[in-house]
Amino acid sequence: MLEPDWIAGLLGGLLIGSAAALFLLVNGRIMGASGIAGDLLDGTDPGGHRERLAFLMALVAVPLLIDRFVTPVITHVTPNLALIGVAGVLVGFGTRIANGCTSGHGVCGLSRLSLRGIVAVAVFIATGVATVALFRHAWGLT
Amino acid sequence: MMRLLAALVAGGMFGAGLVVSGMTDTRAVQGFLDIFGAWNPTLAFVMGGAILPVALAWRLAARRPRSLSGRYFPARPPAAITRQLVLGSALFGAGWGLVGLCPGPALATAATGGLPALVFLLAMGAGMVAAIPVRRSATPASPMRT
Repeated sequence: MLEPDWIAGLLGGLLIGSAAALFLLVNGRIMGASGIAGDLLDGTDPGGHRERLAFLMALVAVPLLIDRFVTPVITHVTPNLALIGVAGVLVGFGTRIANGCTSGHGVCGLSRLSLRGIVAVAVFIATGVATVALFRHAWGLT
Repeated sequence: MMRLLAALVAGGMFGAGLVVSGMTDTRAVQGFLDIFGAWNPTLAFVMGGAILPVALAWRLAARRPRSLSGRYFPARPPAAITRQLVLGSALFGAGWGLVGLCPGPALATAATGGLPALVFLLAMGAGMVAAIPVRRSATPASPMRT
């Protein structure tokens, strides 16, 4: 590691948490990426669709602006489109069934000491670790 | 108007935070999950930093009847650990480990990640749509008051 990644991590984390705090205190909603995108997709609570759209537009646009005018946003996504397709379906389906992802169950749930959040985080980190172990170390893929 | 503006600011801050923290880089995320390889602890610091302001916000919320825009705060869902919660999280974790993207970073990299990012987003949307009938058959966690 050439630079202290954890300082950037902590600062970025504070920014993410402040966003979630703002969304909670002003909008009265949980800032969960899968919930906001998913509710828009399946038409849950149409009254909140405009703010969901505004949230998602800014979430997509700000990294684009940073990429164009500040520093390139490097993603290192695998070029294997089949793998991406499978992973995307698992992420979309799983987070909706579980009612939350890293931001909803992770950031918002853990900070509320929600039992459901704690269980969800423990489970998705466990299967994430197992998947990386299998695909990277056992089978030499990804 | 207040809700729209706050949503815009929160979405932008979320996107900026994901970039600053390095969580838009799938290598950093997979590195966190790679405890049997070159483990990268950054994600734990991101999570810690993010939890702090939200924990404060929950304390503030507990003292007020409603949010600033007048909406009730989200009710605490029943503590029940359902099969959906565990199975869904397990599937999500597997997809997360495969590519290193979860919904937030997937959206944050949608405009900069080229074709792979778009394919992931489309597949994620398809997965979410496929979950609709399962969500309908499950009892809702808590009725949302607005």
